[in-house]
Amino acid sequence: MSRLAPEPEPGEPEAGSVATESEPPAETPAPSPRHAEIVATLAEALGDGFIEHHYSAREAWVRVTPGSWRETGRVCKERLGLTYLCFVSAIDWKQAPDLGAEKLWDPEAEPTEDRGDGPGRWVTGLAGGETRFQVFARVADVIGHVGLFLKTDAGDEDPRAESWVPLFRGADWHERETWEMYGVEFDGHPGLRHLYLPGEFEGFPLRKDFPLLAREVKPWPGLVNVEGLPGEDEPTESGDVGEE
Amino acid sequence: MSVSERQRAAYVAAQAADVRVHFEIEAEGMTLNIGPQHPATHGTLRVIVRLDGEQVVWADPVAGYMHRGYEKLCEVRDYAQVTTLINRIDWLGSFCNEVPFILAAEELMGIEAPPRAQYIRTVLFEMGRVANLTLFLGDMAAQVGALTPVFYAFRDREYVLNLIEAATGGRFHPNFDRIGGLKDDLPKGWIDEAHLVMRKIRRFCDEIDELLIGNRIFEERCRGIGVIPADVALEYGLSGANLRASGIDYDIRRDEASPLAWKDAEFKVWTHPDGDSFARYWVRQQEVREATRIVEQLLDGLPSGPIRAKTPARIRVPKGETWVHTENPLGEMGYYVVSDGSPGGPFRCKIRTPSFSNVSIVPWVLQGVYVPDVITILASLYFILGDIDR
Repeated sequence: MSRLAPEPEPGEPEAGSVATESEPPAETPAPSPRHAEIVATLAEALGDGFIEHHYSAREAWVRVTPGSWRETGRVCKERLGLTYLCFVSAIDWKQAPDLGAEKLWDPEAEPTEDRGDGPGRWVTGLAGGETRFQVFARVADVIGHVGLFLKTDAGDEDPRAESWVPLFRGADWHERETWEMYGVEFDGHPGLRHLYLPGEFEGFPLRKDFPLLAREVKPWPGLVNVEGLPGEDEPTESGDVGEE
Repeated sequence: MSVSERQRAAYVAAQAADVRVHFEIEAEGMTLNIGPQHPATHGTLRVIVRLDGEQVVWADPVAGYMHRGYEKLCEVRDYAQVTTLINRIDWLGSFCNEVPFILAAEELMGIEAPPRAQYIRTVLFEMGRVANLTLFLGDMAAQVGALTPVFYAFRDREYVLNLIEAATGGRFHPNFDRIGGLKDDLPKGWIDEAHLVMRKIRRFCDEIDELLIGNRIFEERCRGIGVIPADVALEYGLSGANLRASGIDYDIRRDEASPLAWKDAEFKVWTHPDGDSFARYWVRQQEVREATRIVEQLLDGLPSGPIRAKTPARIRVPKGETWVHTENPLGEMGYYVVSDGSPGGPFRCKIRTPSFSNVSIVPWVLQGVYVPDVITILASLYFILGDIDR
């Protein structure tokens, strides 16, 4: 494995590649019987609330409807023994202004390319998605060594999700952070206050349309190093990466 | 199940306390501000505690004095530049922060580092653990009032830091891990020196044993103080030694498949049934001993071969999504990396840090304890500010 071909196959059913659009996700086998059992139990318990699942070589993802988010957590905790709350967070699928090279921020910029053929214009990751914001979480059974990723769509403009604080007390800080960074309102959370930022801070920094002011004021000096190599379109292959 | 009344009261009171007074005496109690600059907080964590006499009614940790926005910054840098940032998350065991991120990038790219690189990664990872937890062993004693162990800890940690510096060039921020392998091989003579230092560290553990374990003051300050039952620990997402001290036998090094070399080393995962401050201290002390054993075993079995796999000169990570977590000195650290296939950095990089969850239990665990115990409990939970705030 040490001398692998440099360019990875995009269609490989490795954990990374998004294979949900072209082929049904059920084709990748479950990483373990326990994963399959968990996904089957969730599908049975949630009924219409269960939308989609995805397996990689090591992990499983399940997407549920926003209305059954808390129920999902309850089933995981009380029926499936996934009692360990690893984290709760969110993701903003809006395509940012190109941050790769010439990083000029334009908050009004629309996605430049059509990034998929899904129902919305947001291209989303494993287990799919329909809205700009998604809330995702990981719960685990630390004794049985099995973890599960849960995702739900939170909406396009004013993201909302059900709070998990009544289930997992530790969700408190994670949801405060998610609210602060993405503006996701968690229904049922006892008090969404700022966790990191000063109380008078406006805006939601991790949203893709929130400008990184430092980068606006001064171009990134590291750009010199990531400037394209001559004749680049595809990553150039060379023996080693000696130049540092 | 509804949110407990206790938690609700804590919120109301915390909002009232946000008027930023330092010291406030009221008819029915007192609000005391611990920090942000307090020796017990190893940095700038502020804990607001509401006291009724000597007892804590509620406590509210205020984080964010060191928030650097790494998740945002990760999105505007490329993968090679991100390691510089994440070195600064848990700054006492910096190398341990780099490894899971690099593993995630490698997994997305379909690259695997050669076995020698994986071994050296694991060795440096465990040395990071030794350097980190050694300081804890001294610091914990200092919070209880014993000053001698701190000097021993700083003295012996220096040997480990010298080793890390000799191999990587950086005492605290090695920035040594690369996609596909490591920057360099080990220097000549390093392995013998490492064996020597690991013996010194074990001797240090024995010294600490003699000084503290069985010491009446230490035992009485720690035994039965700040007890965290296993189910609460899981709900709050505690990990690492804090979870093992509550009796849960979970160690990602042993329990999950990883390309790193832990599977080739024999070590024991220690747990303690009590869940108190003493248990957290004791588990970490055993962990230091086990880490030195892992280092010695892996150095004895170090395979030869290349130090880095063949990688493209420009790193372009294909579209995908992955999660890699490892058992860091402070607990479970994980990176949820989403790549959109662009030549830049990750599309989203969720950093799950152990201290964040470990500190989120503070409002729960400080309920009803006495003021002097606040300090020992905070010390025994062992957090690093960069690891909370990111």
